[in-house]
Amino acid sequence: MARTLRLLRYGALGLGAVAALLPFYYMLIGALQKKRDTSLGGLLPDPSNLTLANLSGIDDSFSLTTALLNSLIMTAGVVACTLVFGLLAGYALAILHFRGRGLVFALVLLVQAVPFQLLMIPLYVMVVRYFHLADSYAGMILPFAINSVAVLIFRQYFLQIPREIFDAARMDGASELRILRSVAVPLVRPAILTAMLVTFIGPWNEFLWPFLITKNPDMQPLAVSLANFSQSNSTFQANPMGAVLAGACVLAVPAVVLFLLFQRHFTSSNLGSAIKG
Amino acid sequence: MTAPHPHRQETRAAGGSPSGPQLQGSSRPVPHASARAGRQPRPRRAHRVERWLGRHPFGLALTAPYTIFVLVVFAIPFGFGVWMAFHDYFFTAPGVSVPHPFVGFDNFTAVLGDGDTQRAFRNLGVFMAINIPLTVVLALSLAAALNAATRWSVFFRASYYVPYVTASVATLAVWLFLFSGSGAVNHALGAWAPDPSWLANKHLVMPLIALYVTWKQLGFYILLYLAALQNVPRELHEAALTDGAGRWQAFRAVTLPAVRPVTSLVILLSLITSGQIFTEPFLLTGGGPNGASLTPALLIYQRGLEQGEPDAAAAIGLILVTAVLILATISRRVMERN
Repeated sequence: MARTLRLLRYGALGLGAVAALLPFYYMLIGALQKKRDTSLGGLLPDPSNLTLANLSGIDDSFSLTTALLNSLIMTAGVVACTLVFGLLAGYALAILHFRGRGLVFALVLLVQAVPFQLLMIPLYVMVVRYFHLADSYAGMILPFAINSVAVLIFRQYFLQIPREIFDAARMDGASELRILRSVAVPLVRPAILTAMLVTFIGPWNEFLWPFLITKNPDMQPLAVSLANFSQSNSTFQANPMGAVLAGACVLAVPAVVLFLLFQRHFTSSNLGSAIKG
Repeated sequence: MTAPHPHRQETRAAGGSPSGPQLQGSSRPVPHASARAGRQPRPRRAHRVERWLGRHPFGLALTAPYTIFVLVVFAIPFGFGVWMAFHDYFFTAPGVSVPHPFVGFDNFTAVLGDGDTQRAFRNLGVFMAINIPLTVVLALSLAAALNAATRWSVFFRASYYVPYVTASVATLAVWLFLFSGSGAVNHALGAWAPDPSWLANKHLVMPLIALYVTWKQLGFYILLYLAALQNVPRELHEAALTDGAGRWQAFRAVTLPAVRPVTSLVILLSLITSGQIFTEPFLLTGGGPNGASLTPALLIYQRGLEQGEPDAAAAIGLILVTAVLILATISRRVMERN
């Protein structure tokens, strides 16, 4: 009885893993195929039908390096803003006493409940028409520049640090800015890694917002370029499916590798609504 | 944690009590300066500043970027969206100012009477009816199996999570080819392949999208369940078994009630995600065939930006959010009643 149960359990777990990973295997094998082979035999690697040409084939439609660079700039901008503003706000909420602190903390919680589909159109109108930020990195970064989850991560971390440390520095006559720079920031380093991992994936994978505000192909991040590429019927490609899947691999690999490297940091308490796309 | 700060001892010696009871997460500002007793009196102005801005006005400066951000990216667009939904708003050439008269609920009645809107919300209903139960059942069973498993558990957990961290654009490209008319799935099914094929079939396209989203999100929900399951005392389960309960009975009597808060959360999060389904129909089908995979979020994009009716789009957005809120409230009531 216990044996059957264990067999059943591992059977279910194995089946789940196959279902989760099979599309990724197909992504890889499809990206390497010289000629599209949709038959079941095509699922197995056939040495005579393998090539890396699909990757360069993308460049006929859009510049892979430009798109990657745009993705990188957008992601780096979002992560940098999230870390700086998240750390400042988290520190203030945990350590400092000031008027309106309760209100700010309530905002942090409330903001997470506002659904993006409600903001999509008005935000688009504001950013494109009033701020004139269409086709710009600033426009891409703006809606993600502050992440409430990052604020909460930093706040939680600062709450665990004995408050006497900050009071002592203050008694020694250190200015508030000095305390922040020389005491708070060095102490909170481990939280910076967590916040970085949690915020990296969102902007890297984000499609809808950059798709809305970038019409210039030279400004589009990879997710948008790739989506446009797979929508256009690129029949002039030797293997259009291979080219799209090769692009998908390029988009997928950084996030997956980062996740596998820092797996233990991806815990349920850290994630929440931080990951979109 | 880092080594204790050298000044900590000094503070204690100086008798400076660590500023009263600190309520974690408390939002109560502490206005008085009793902790400063014994220090030289400060000028009157400083006292006044402190009374008005709190002990550390610097905190206001540090949180200012966040507050401004919330105003610009959330509060103002939110207000603007609500305003739009009740006015006749349309795009004009830059610099041209035209009146946008108040039209009451006209946008809402127009949108609700529209076949596309009704279809989009019906599709969303189909999506939820498949996605939410499937997510709860699969995530809970896999998490329970994972919790009991001793070997390979890191591998299993990581593999379930990989779809969740991968861009939708990348994974949707794979699904598009897998489920295309001459794709691998139809090859595998042979004579059982559906006709018309998956993405062109108006009965199958929405269930397929629901299946995709379940697949993509499952890893995250498994993680949530796993954290809850690890907190269920093993003795409780064993006690139920010794009392003669079957394994299924023990699961129902012990495990299920213990993870009920997580189930409630999973349903809530799934509801919220459901309302945002845009990328999937947009990339897989463009909403077709014949509106069979149109979702409210996709409709907002089409009406607002493609057809230039932002007021109608804002009205759909408000209806959608209200509908999701109502469903979320109902699900919470149901989950917390027993």
